[in-house]
Amino acid sequence: MDTLLLSRIQFGANISFHILFPTITIALGWVLLFFRFRFARTGAQQWMDAYMFWVKVFALSFALGVVSGITMSFQFGTNWPGFMETVGNVAGPLLAYEVLTAFFLEAVFLGIMLFGARRVPTWLHLTATFLVAFGTTMSAFWIIVLNSWMHTPQGYELRDGIVHATDWWAIIFNPSLPYRLTHMLLASGLTVAFLIAGVAAFRRLIGDRAKTTATQLRVGLGLAALLIPLQIVAGDMHGLNTLEHQPAKVAAMEANWDTGPNVPLVLFALPDEDTRSNRAEIAIPNGASLILTHRLDGIVPGLNDFVAEDGTVLHPPVAPVFYGFRIMVGTGFAMLALSWLGMILIWRRGVDHLPRPYLMAATAMTFSGWLATLSGWYVTEIGRQPWLVTGVLSTKQAVGDVAAPLVMTTLIAYLAVYALLLAAYIAVIFHLARRAAAGKTPAREEPRQAPVGAIPAE
Amino acid sequence: MMTLDATTLPMIFATLMGVSILLYVILDGFDLGVGLLFPFATPTERDRMIASIGPFWDANETWLVLAIGLLLVAFPAAHGTILTALYLPVAIMLIGLILRGVAFEFRAKAPLSQKPNWDRAFFAGSLMTALSQGFMLGMYIMGLDWTGGHALFALLTAGALAVAYSFIGAAWTILKTDGVLQAKAVTWARGGIWGLVLGMGSVSLATPLVSPRIFDKWFSFPEILTLAPLPLISAALIGLLWYALRHLPTASDRFAWFPFVAATGLMCLGFAGMAYSFYPFIVPEKLTIYEAASSPESLRIILYGTCVVLPVILGYTVLAYTIFRGKATSLSYD
Ligand code: HDD
Ligand code: HEM
Ligand code: HEM
Repeated sequence: MDTLLLSRIQFGANISFHILFPTITIALGWVLLFFRFRFARTGAQQWMDAYMFWVKVFALSFALGVVSGITMSFQFGTNWPGFMETVGNVAGPLLAYEVLTAFFLEAVFLGIMLFGARRVPTWLHLTATFLVAFGTTMSAFWIIVLNSWMHTPQGYELRDGIVHATDWWAIIFNPSLPYRLTHMLLASGLTVAFLIAGVAAFRRLIGDRAKTTATQLRVGLGLAALLIPLQIVAGDMHGLNTLEHQPAKVAAMEANWDTGPNVPLVLFALPDEDTRSNRAEIAIPNGASLILTHRLDGIVPGLNDFVAEDGTVLHPPVAPVFYGFRIMVGTGFAMLALSWLGMILIWRRGVDHLPRPYLMAATAMTFSGWLATLSGWYVTEIGRQPWLVTGVLSTKQAVGDVAAPLVMTTLIAYLAVYALLLAAYIAVIFHLARRAAAGKTPAREEPRQAPVGAIPAE
Repeated sequence: MMTLDATTLPMIFATLMGVSILLYVILDGFDLGVGLLFPFATPTERDRMIASIGPFWDANETWLVLAIGLLLVAFPAAHGTILTALYLPVAIMLIGLILRGVAFEFRAKAPLSQKPNWDRAFFAGSLMTALSQGFMLGMYIMGLDWTGGHALFALLTAGALAVAYSFIGAAWTILKTDGVLQAKAVTWARGGIWGLVLGMGSVSLATPLVSPRIFDKWFSFPEILTLAPLPLISAALIGLLWYALRHLPTASDRFAWFPFVAATGLMCLGFAGMAYSFYPFIVPEKLTIYEAASSPESLRIILYGTCVVLPVILGYTVLAYTIFRGKATSLSYD
């Protein structure tokens, strides 16, 4: 394998690992604020229990997000020097603003949020919690601005092959930003909703009847039921926006080879780039035209439009984009089914009488948000290939001059570390759930001045 | 009034980058140092040591993100050269930072039986980070040029930086704890001071020998007179430190702050010397900060933001250190 391919795999592995944790912290920060606020208002213990449980998961996720994020920043230099050299005048200020307005805010106030409850007045603690949640959302904003600009660049001019910014307003509010940001923030909310519901369902399954599990089931499933329809609408609009700006990506998402009207919606197929056709296709007639143009005979772009005279392929690889899209949308509809069924069951029978199979299904979907988010990002990013910045910089041009065996070595090392940490992370969440279920909960019950040597941060 | 153009902007950004590297080395230096001292502490002492850095380490590490960010954004033509040349040590550092950062959380949340393993990961991560940063420093001094001799020198600086970090870690522990642990930390610091002298000494001697340009900058008249305070103050600080460490801990805990402040002073002095040697180069002997800088328009945009935001950041950093001032007690979330 050559340096380019290895660097791409390494970047993909690193960002995939990184995004898992921000996806959780972005929304979980706000949910924690909500728990904390409800406790301040009602004084009811189940809210504090919920806060104490999820703040641990938050701290853990945050640490994983931070350390994997640092890896991301260095990657630009170690593997993709061409990126900053070419588009640094745009990417640089955006990244700098992320560090200045978001990273320091969240990192400093995290300490106060986690460990300051006894040292500062309640209002300051709530403010710190708010600033952490706000900071993670700001991180998401700046990085998504950059990423969206890479998909739909504008507000710049090329001088000697180098991008120079001409209009910052146009750069920041580039055409795909509103859709991508909305979709990502909703994805974060959904990931957290299913995480909370899934873990609470698991605690019920192992016999934990504590009031807080009922509360958490209600909050998790309620949030999910609220957000998933919004996400489906946002996703649809995102797709229409992509159709306008990156038609080759949409053609790959739909595995549609020829441009034309009345294009069917392919539910399943084996796209084959050698014969440039689909095998084993199952499709709904006119479906794609209807979804993408909202008319049965609407014109949908086809992949064959993106092949140069000399046969060079100018569209992204079809299979990963096609399958990634189906996994995401499939997960989205599974989320719709589970959360709405949950709402009906809670309404008809009460949250304490959810049937066991339902609780099992909810537990199984604990990490469904991760699945949808990752597959969504694969669709987006692989769908941009062969470009790194659409029409400006190709991925090949940006790669650094590092020996392939060296990249292979670091790739293997990263993968080993990530596999270990991911396993440990999931294991710890369920360990915390089991311990909470066994009643060995928070430090809250410890004496106010815990003796030196108490297990920290538990 | 100074104009913000292609000559002043690179200088401003080089200064900003230098300041964030320095802040990183001091602040994360003591976190990493605490990690390096882990094997010498008992499990109970470890919890206390962790508690002393718990509320800060994340923000401390963010200075590294800012430094690398500034390199990326202000000197795009240099970052590729520097980071591809240091590819392997960077990767080792990153894995070290990952292990260190997550071990912090996992050791308190995983089942109790796994805690010793996460303690080991915490130490290993701190060690990997410190050694690889020291190695990169050595390679950078040697002009990023991989030869056997240079690598040997870089191994020396790797060891030196690890010792320096554990020294400042010990100094932090003296400041933030009391009783048996504090007394223990004093002995750690007493051991570390020799490594510190050796490390700073060898780097100071080697740097001028690497390039005639740097040699001339230091050893010509009248520069040598204006520069003399750097080594002299350093020597005086080391003498005072040595004296203080023989008399600490004091009964009333007076002067417990001194080792930390002195160690910080030493790091600042060493850093000033390095900065003087390398200016105006960003890639030693190859590329100056002026040649490597990005376009003035983009730098200006960042600078405006920085002027507004940096004081605020410093403000809330001070707030955090004030809230968690005093001796470290156990950490808990409520
Ligand atoms: C919980 C997560 C989640 C769920 C349930 C969905 N998505 Fe999604 N989707 C994402 C999470 C996500 C994402 C990870 O956040 C992406 C990647 C980049 C982005 O902006 O959002 C994404 C990208 C993405 C794209 C690619 C846009 C582009 O870059 O060109 C489209 C067209 C859709 N989504 C459409 C949908 C539709 C029609 C859904 C209906 C069920 C859906 N998504 C559910
Ligand atoms: C967070 C979720 C993200 C995921 C899961 C993700 C995933 C991926 C994947 C799988 C690739 C490889 C595409 C291919 O080679 O076919 C890629 C490429 C890339 N992405 Fe993303 N991406 C994400 C966000 C971002 C963001 C926010 C940025 C920029 C700020 C970014 C910048 C890049 C760059 C520079 C590459 C080039 C390397 C390459 O093409 O392989 N990505 N990403
Ligand atoms: C190439 C792309 C990316 C780079 C270079 C990057 C860089 C970083 C860095 C350096 C940190 C650590 C900050 C600290 O020290 O506190 C971080 C954390 C974070 N990143 Fe990323 N990041 C990238 C992609 C993303 C994406 C796609 C998102 C979300 C949409 C995201 C959201 C966050 C958040 C919320 C944090 C805070 C820590 C946490 O909540 O886990 N990042 N990132």
